[in-house]
Amino acid sequence: MHRTKFFDHVILLAGVFLMIAPVVVAFMTSTHAAAEIHRDGLMLTWGGHFDETYREVLTRQGGFTGKVTGARMVMNSFILGIGFAAGKIVLSMLAAYAIVYFRFRLGVVFFWMIFTTLLLPLEVRILPSYEVMTKLGLVNTYTGLIVPLLASATGTFFFRQFFKSVPDELLEAARIDGAGPFKFFIDILIPLSRTMIAAIFIIMFVYGWNQYLWPMLMTNDESFYTLVRGIKQILLVWIGSQIPDYNEAFAMAILAMLPPVLVVVIFQSWFIKGLTESDK
Amino acid sequence: MKRTQFSSPVLPYLFLLPQMTVVFIFFYWPSVQAIQSSFYLEDPFGFGSTFVGLSNYTDALGSGEYLKIAWFTAVFTIVVTFLSLSIGLLLAAKADGVIRGSSSYKTLLICVYAIAPPVAGLIGMMFFDQHIGPFVKLAAWAGWDMKVGINYYDTAFAMIVVSVWKQIPYNFIFFLSGLQGVPVSIREAAAIDCRSPARRFRTVMLPLLAPTAFFLLVINMTYSLFDTFGIIDVIVKDKAANNPITLVYKVYMDGFRGNDIGGSSAQSVILMIVVFVLTVFQFRFIERRVHYN
Repeated sequence: MHRTKFFDHVILLAGVFLMIAPVVVAFMTSTHAAAEIHRDGLMLTWGGHFDETYREVLTRQGGFTGKVTGARMVMNSFILGIGFAAGKIVLSMLAAYAIVYFRFRLGVVFFWMIFTTLLLPLEVRILPSYEVMTKLGLVNTYTGLIVPLLASATGTFFFRQFFKSVPDELLEAARIDGAGPFKFFIDILIPLSRTMIAAIFIIMFVYGWNQYLWPMLMTNDESFYTLVRGIKQILLVWIGSQIPDYNEAFAMAILAMLPPVLVVVIFQSWFIKGLTESDK
Repeated sequence: MKRTQFSSPVLPYLFLLPQMTVVFIFFYWPSVQAIQSSFYLEDPFGFGSTFVGLSNYTDALGSGEYLKIAWFTAVFTIVVTFLSLSIGLLLAAKADGVIRGSSSYKTLLICVYAIAPPVAGLIGMMFFDQHIGPFVKLAAWAGWDMKVGINYYDTAFAMIVVSVWKQIPYNFIFFLSGLQGVPVSIREAAAIDCRSPARRFRTVMLPLLAPTAFFLLVINMTYSLFDTFGIIDVIVKDKAANNPITLVYKVYMDGFRGNDIGGSSAQSVILMIVVFVLTVFQFRFIERRVHYN
């Protein structure tokens, strides 16, 4: 019995090592100087250049136009992550409320029209989506960055499932007390959904923050770059340089992963609940 | 549906308006355009376009390059799905068994979920870098002259390693929550009937996990097909020349680098059909699962 438990721990520790070691190495290496990394390879120890490297990455005006800083990219990433999560929650709660709590003729039609969006990920319709965005003049705007991503119906389905699980008696009681659709929504349904809203917010924030392809197409003005979008620029600048700025690349990677990882770790239980229940 | 519902002539439409507007402008319009332009040959300088029927499709499906990429995509999808599912399941089964430290294991194992694919790709590229990459040194020590970005198979290897690494936490989360959803009474009954934990896992837990596994199968396939875009883009850096790429990456390359709008759209439509089949498969399965419960 004890031996099997011992091997269980060995396997789990190996798994943890496999998952975490690359991240730790990335962080440790980012604290060394570029020349040092070029000479000695990746690092497992603290390098002592943490302050200057991260300050450099966050405040230096870089890029082709020389006006975008790391701090600006951090801000853009937050705008995309939070804007996307908030937009998703508002749109999908309203739509799910209409579908579940109202009797109207086109209800089923709308339901299927929203449902269909789950069939096609953004990746298969990038080119026409891009053309639509140019026609609407939304290239290089925050609207163009955020709103088209809201077109998928994941959130709507999640709230639909949740609203359906809310006991019917609540609505009956509320109606007897004279509550209308607005009052019921604001005073009963939203407070009931608080945990669900938090869970969805976390998942969507991570999803929005991590977007890559869409920001890459929608923004060629560097002042709209997000951190994840900026990764590609690092690599393109790299080609042909003598000693690549390994340290700064790693620092960017660490900055780009830190907020979503922290959010997931801190709000772990909500996040797991939301993830495993929404995707059913 | 609900027993009691509101009825109002305006309100439901009002509530649906924002969602439907977004869906129409950013989903239906581009999708219809993709289908439409897949039947046209667009002039590269923007002077109109000619109807060419199915020739964009036959061009794509008839070209050796496309079929080679489709073949790579299939192999890549199967390998990534298989490896990330099995490692995820192994870790979940072990994490479900231990008591001491189980929440720390869980936290440490899930945090890679939150890392964006291109960021994972960047870290992977450092590990496979010609100058500083420890994996390259390790491979050289074993007599393998690894050249990621130059050698086709080495690049494919790096892509698979990074894609699996990124996907393990997701499968781990679902398998673990599936395992923890198994009622204690069933576990106890199994423990009385069968002494071998391995056999118990195979005959009792695994069948109960089957719905989760099927669900994850579809999710992992869509992940390998689409979400790995960031990883692939970071590894091949726009130079598909001699590197393995997936079908989605080819849609992007042809559409945005090659300006072949018709061809790219036809490929999009082919992928739409693939996703459509996968999703229908998934929903049919979920219907059945709901039935079981």
